[in-house]
Amino acid sequence: MLVCPPVFLHYGFYVFYKRNQSEQMANTIIEIKGISKSFQGNSVLEDINLTVKEGEFLTLLGPSGCGKTTLLRIISGLENPDQGQLLIGGKNCRGLSPQERHVNTVFQSYALFPHMTVFDNVAFGLRCQHLPKAEIETRVNAALQMVKLQKYSQRKPEKLSGGQQQRVAIARAVVNRPIVLLLDEPLSALDYRLRKNMQLELKQLQRQLNIAFVFVTHDQEEALSMSDRVVVMHEGKVEQIGTPRQVYENPANMTVAHFVGETNSFDSRVIEVLGKTMTVDIQGQTFTVKNTRDYAPGDHVHVLVRPEDLKVWSHADVTDTTNMLPATVTEVIYKGSTVDLMVRLSDNTLLAASEFFDEDDEKLEYTIGEKVWLHWFPGWEVVLPYEA
Amino acid sequence: MRHDSAFKIFSLSLIWVWLGLFALLPFLLVLITSFLEPGTTHLIQYHFSLENYHDIFSSIYAKVFVRSFGVAALSTFICLVLAYPFAFFMATAQDKYKNILLLLLIVPFWTSSLIRTYAIIAVIKTKGILNTILLALGIIHHPIEIMFTNTAVMIGLIYNLLPFMILPLYANLERLDFQLLEAARDLGASKLRMFFQIVFPLSMPGVLAGCILVFLPAMTIFYIPDLLGGAKSMLLGNLIQTEFLTIHNWPMGSTTSIILTAIMGLFLWFYWRKTSSADRKDLV
Repeated sequence: MLVCPPVFLHYGFYVFYKRNQSEQMANTIIEIKGISKSFQGNSVLEDINLTVKEGEFLTLLGPSGCGKTTLLRIISGLENPDQGQLLIGGKNCRGLSPQERHVNTVFQSYALFPHMTVFDNVAFGLRCQHLPKAEIETRVNAALQMVKLQKYSQRKPEKLSGGQQQRVAIARAVVNRPIVLLLDEPLSALDYRLRKNMQLELKQLQRQLNIAFVFVTHDQEEALSMSDRVVVMHEGKVEQIGTPRQVYENPANMTVAHFVGETNSFDSRVIEVLGKTMTVDIQGQTFTVKNTRDYAPGDHVHVLVRPEDLKVWSHADVTDTTNMLPATVTEVIYKGSTVDLMVRLSDNTLLAASEFFDEDDEKLEYTIGEKVWLHWFPGWEVVLPYEA
Repeated sequence: MRHDSAFKIFSLSLIWVWLGLFALLPFLLVLITSFLEPGTTHLIQYHFSLENYHDIFSSIYAKVFVRSFGVAALSTFICLVLAYPFAFFMATAQDKYKNILLLLLIVPFWTSSLIRTYAIIAVIKTKGILNTILLALGIIHHPIEIMFTNTAVMIGLIYNLLPFMILPLYANLERLDFQLLEAARDLGASKLRMFFQIVFPLSMPGVLAGCILVFLPAMTIFYIPDLLGGAKSMLLGNLIQTEFLTIHNWPMGSTTSIILTAIMGLFLWFYWRKTSSADRKDLV
């Protein structure tokens, strides 16, 4: 009912019944209601509320120790919550084994059985279900073909590369046709280039299988590039749930703003509110910004500007300096596609700025110690209530 | 640097000389003796003969070999069954309890094995502690006769050799990646399947090491069958002892020793073939 069973063809391909996107996004597959968990008196998760929709790629993002892996283990049934409810496919999961939940996990260290061949590893779950031998064989071969490892089926895991082991772990999980696939930092052991490739492969696989993925990572770039929705977690709490764009462009609070991407923050006060815009005081200068949260005059706020939104002008290029801040260049880092600058304001605050090469700025030449003007397009900033 | 290598040469040659004098030389003497004939006036007659090797395949000797083999194999198996849960429990216990459990295991070693075997006699003899308790509780009405049977020998062997099974198993199981069990659970494996398809096959090097460490001594320890088995249960160890010390047939005793050494060598060779050098860490 919740997921259309994959139709198996003799050619060894999974063919999935493709349903209409809007219907699919509406169905909730996992519901987490008020889940809390503590280990030896240390609270790891506090009142987590979350839904996973059918066919979506959901990422739990947070620094290590924020409870994201614990949450994943609670969903998988390897850990029990102290409080709260977990519904998978509408069914209360209290006391259900991992298998009865129809979820499978790809572990961080892959946890492949070292004494078994690739084939036996992938067949393990099906053998636990006592399926007929012929069906096991066809399904395992199909899964191995899907991850392009068919010719390695008789090898032991130790004879495979990290990326190949990773794929065996994925095949071993998806061969059981779970409703949800749980992935616990599956890419963290791979080198940069392989990780990039596997990100793409995982994303393609998820579209192909059309099942929900719950993906745990501490890498914000990975979270943004792969997910349909991102759950930002910090110290056992959910800080924000949203699309990658929402999380990056409209962080709910300072924790999210600092964790997702780099950001420059100005300590500031609201001077005057003019409907949808307002004027704020930054370093003694008045700036006009958007009023998104009904701020009132006198409110203590943070004005956040991403480095890539901060324009750095040489003195020679500027005639009108309204809405600009004077600064001094302290560091120039050439990155190929960008030039990253560190600039110092008159009160010694350091800011980061990324400048892109475009038709206005083909050269982007800066020298350390150079006096510059900083500017951003009004409205590109984010204003958040002040947090101590 | 030069000093260093001089020390290395010195300590290594000391070991080689020691092994040569006290292991290789006696072994060669036994090997030579096994091809000689017993004498009436002297211990041995310097006359080459294959008689001993012919005799050893006669039915009397074969019987002792088979019985020794059976008793050792059964003791080893019982040790394995008893040791496995204990080793697993120890490997999964919290660190602070691990050391206590290890200590409890090792403390009996501080008492001589011979004395502990005498203590067993006090427990299992006809008017011993075991029978007294069972009679007092009314569980049995006649004392159980355990002394001077193969059962008594096996109780003695298992009691003395159990730690040699537990320690390599523990060393192996402690290295087990418990995430594999989580993965198996995630894939729907029952407890039984997890044990027989994941834990046990992965602990095989430890199992083999433990079996070697129990089986080989079980074949050769002579004082346990001597004390607990009496005259009825002659095992290889006592056979050799009797041949040397009671019958004074040194060549025959040597032949028996050589055959025993060959059997044990075969086992070690098998173990070596079946394991990688990393697996053999459990043995030492």
